Amino acid sequence: MPRISLWFIRASLAYLALGFTLGGLLLWHKGFALGPGVWRLLPLHIEASLVGWVLQLVMGTAYWIFPRFGMTPVQRGREDLAWVSFWLINAGLWVVGLAGIFGLPGVMATLGRAAEAMAAALMAVNIWARTRGSGLSPM
Amino acid sequence: MPPVTRWHVKLSLLYLVAALVVGIVQMVGLEAGAALFAVYVHLLVVGWITQMIFGVAYWMFPKFSKERPRGSNQLAIAACVLLNLGLILRVVAEPLQARHPAPTLAWLLVLSAVAQWFAGLAFVANIWPRVKER
Repeated sequence: MPRISLWFIRASLAYLALGFTLGGLLLWHKGFALGPGVWRLLPLHIEASLVGWVLQLVMGTAYWIFPRFGMTPVQRGREDLAWVSFWLINAGLWVVGLAGIFGLPGVMATLGRAAEAMAAALMAVNIWARTRGSGLSPM
Repeated sequence: MPPVTRWHVKLSLLYLVAALVVGIVQMVGLEAGAALFAVYVHLLVVGWITQMIFGVAYWMFPKFSKERPRGSNQLAIAACVLLNLGLILRVVAEPLQARHPAPTLAWLLVLSAVAQWFAGLAFVANIWPRVKER
């Protein structure tokens, strides 16, 4: 698999561990109270589980597996766009999650969501032309 | 397709149907509906999506080695059993604990949390070395 997919997928595994850890604490808290601030972890639990784990795994795997443009230098589309997508989605995820934990102004979570949306759009641009039968040229 | 993958995929399909049934129960306004939202979400995200990924990744990801192409079968079985044990405990205990709190139910939630946590770690430990550049 290409290096960018390795980063996406290993990051997604790390977020699986984080999401399950936070989720475990929240579930434990439903049985025996762990403290008044535990529910502040919920936004980061949701971001880590849905965006960090599921979405990133899908993005990394799609970039790796989808049909390629033959043996050209851009056989998987623009790798620079994929890297920008990777950093945007991870930055956005943490901004949204930490905004929830620390009660930051709503504009922060909005900016985080915007970064996630931009990441998804860039990946869509990259994958769009690779969603095909076979034998096409890059663009 | 290895046996563990077949269990994961079939269970994920069952949880998908179960989640949608729980969604119907919520919509028809039964008294228990409000307590079921977390169960509904986790049946979808853990029972369906995560479980499907566990099964397909174990089957399709790059080989660990020639001798053990899929890594540890024992870890894969542990992840499957613990994930499902934890999820089923949650599905049963969480709505009951919300309506009629009891120490036994609280301990079942703790057991569910611990089981799912170990399931996640077992999957990560098994798959991590198979995520590699060619």
